[in-house]
Amino acid sequence: MSTELAVTDSPANDRALVETAAIVAPSAFGGDLRRLWSLTFTLATTEFRLRYLGSVLGYVWSLLRPLLFFGVIYVVYTKIFKVSSGLHYGVYLLSNIILWTFFLEATGASIQCLVAREGLLRKVRFPRLAIPLSVCLTSAFTLVMNLVVVIIFAFANGVDPRWTWLELPVIVALWGLLAFGVGMILSVMFVRMRDVQPIWDVFSQILFYGSPLIYTLSRYPQHLQKYVLINPVAALAAQMAHAFVDPRYPSVGAAMGGEIRVLVPLAVIAVVVGFGLWLFIRRAPLIAENL
Amino acid sequence: MPDTLIVPSIGSGLAVPGRRPVAVSIAGASKSFKLPHNRASTLKERVLQPRSAHTFEWLHAVNNVSVDVEQGEFFGIVGRNGSGKSTLLKCLAGIYRLDAGTITLRGSLSPFIELGVGFNMEMTARDNVIINAIMLGLSRREAIARFDQIIDFAELHDFLDLKLKNYSSGMLVRLAFSVSIQVNADVLLIDEVLAVGDANFQQKCFDELERLKRQGRTVLFVTHDMGSVERFCNRAMLMSHGNVVEIGDPATIARHYYKLNFATSTAGDDASADAVAISTLESDATIVSVWFEDGDGVRVEQQEHGRTGCIAMEVEFNATVEDPIFTATLRNGADTTVFSASSQPDNLETGKFRTGDRPIVRLRYDNWLAAGRYVVDATIARRGTGANILDYRRDATSVVVHGARPTAGVVDLPSTFEIAPR
Repeated sequence: MSTELAVTDSPANDRALVETAAIVAPSAFGGDLRRLWSLTFTLATTEFRLRYLGSVLGYVWSLLRPLLFFGVIYVVYTKIFKVSSGLHYGVYLLSNIILWTFFLEATGASIQCLVAREGLLRKVRFPRLAIPLSVCLTSAFTLVMNLVVVIIFAFANGVDPRWTWLELPVIVALWGLLAFGVGMILSVMFVRMRDVQPIWDVFSQILFYGSPLIYTLSRYPQHLQKYVLINPVAALAAQMAHAFVDPRYPSVGAAMGGEIRVLVPLAVIAVVVGFGLWLFIRRAPLIAENL
Repeated sequence: MPDTLIVPSIGSGLAVPGRRPVAVSIAGASKSFKLPHNRASTLKERVLQPRSAHTFEWLHAVNNVSVDVEQGEFFGIVGRNGSGKSTLLKCLAGIYRLDAGTITLRGSLSPFIELGVGFNMEMTARDNVIINAIMLGLSRREAIARFDQIIDFAELHDFLDLKLKNYSSGMLVRLAFSVSIQVNADVLLIDEVLAVGDANFQQKCFDELERLKRQGRTVLFVTHDMGSVERFCNRAMLMSHGNVVEIGDPATIARHYYKLNFATSTAGDDASADAVAISTLESDATIVSVWFEDGDGVRVEQQEHGRTGCIAMEVEFNATVEDPIFTATLRNGADTTVFSASSQPDNLETGKFRTGDRPIVRLRYDNWLAAGRYVVDATIARRGTGANILDYRRDATSVVVHGARPTAGVVDLPSTFEIAPR
């Protein structure tokens, strides 16, 4: 896009060395990854600070909501229906709810993120990808703090730290990647079609109750489990249960009948992210004028 | 001041006129927008009215515009609302994609077209400066390093921890402008910004732009304010309905801009505006420039309350005109006409003018205006009946009146209180 000045000490040189460049439309990446990152980080931290500005309890609120939901589900499942699986069900439930809350928050905020930042998009040339990326990053900040609570809760429930806890960052990163992929698709589609919002509301509900998050994978018949785990949300939750909560939960590889099959849910994530990137890059130059 | 703004080695070669390289070259630039008659924005609308989505018309916002701007030039782009000037600027900034044509640029380009984008009213000035600087292309490290310079220029040391929502519009502009000049770009794009802020800061902004210009920076400037075009631009371009009407020296362009405006407001029919405008471009008399003076005949931008003030206009005649009528009108910040004087009611014999005459017309008055900024509209008309206006310049220039007592009125007449005990 823009070119750098050719620096020279010769006073006779009237910047003849300065390159010329053609102006092109804004792109997703903007050709400068450092600017993309610094912009993303700035937008994310600003949004994060604004969210908790002016509310007395600040961060506590963003933890209270998933905690309350956790409390309700926990009481209903263990005290009323008494269907608890026994394997640290509380920790299992809380970690799933916290991760799902992140996913829902990031994708939900992504839908309107481009439309909400119309002023910026129409007035400044910058890598367009910074906007959906910053939305996911803002949610990730909250997630990291919430995960600390989850880990404390796990200790309190007698879950012993194990080497497999090292899988935790990978699992969290994959959740983030999935949210980012979905977020890119939703944000770009919302610019042209406003029913993306209710469609996603319904679809995310189906995804939540259809995936083994508040119940365990063992509720599904044995022969169906490997199909359920094609869904990356189910697979990430299952692996989290195995690696973090209790090793007696089957790992994704074990439940699907072969370690190599882990690649199937991973491929789904890759396809979502790939499609999201492709769509976003294709539409990026026209976002400003279609708003 | 800021060493950060130094551009390497602008040699004396630049000073030689006609040898300056082209900084921005626009060739055949066109941009159209599809305007759907009934845009389907939900799925239901699309399903129920599949045909209606296909009817639309094209809006040719920018139509085959070609111009070369030289390095170090201060280039004004003027035109009425909807003339395509802002769209052109957005294409230049790389925010919109051109349909046809090319824009080539030498050096780096400022990525923004408006000051203060991304300002967050809920946050303090301190935070906003850093955030805004990063959005405009600085790295975080650069933004922090230049923080003091930015605040020095804006002169807002005492308000650093105030939330922006408590800032006045003038203070906001000061802050925004101060950040934006820290962006190292060879070509700056500015859309209608310097109209706000007090007169002193406005002058400071233009001084700063002038300094950047001397460093070899190029400024492209979109505005309605003909006063600033004439004062600061080297060249200007008049646009109408997406087309270039004329490119020329600022005074001529400003004059034609007023003609274009005036022609439309009388002709009424928007479609014929261009035809009318171009046919009236040459007239029997033109107002060359308008300025303010104090009682001693010195050009001023500020007048003191209670003293004699003067509005002066230079007129050029292109035909023989007898006893033309001169009118000047002052409007305040609320756009209320507070003073209007014409040579007509006095039936003044203003004289007989011939082609090439350039008289200066002065209107003197005792200045009892309330403190504030006033803009002047100047008119020259042929004697007789009907709206036989030869030239009209709205917002020709402005003046700041100071020294008046605080008042809620539009004037501060000389007055005293007299209290008689019963």
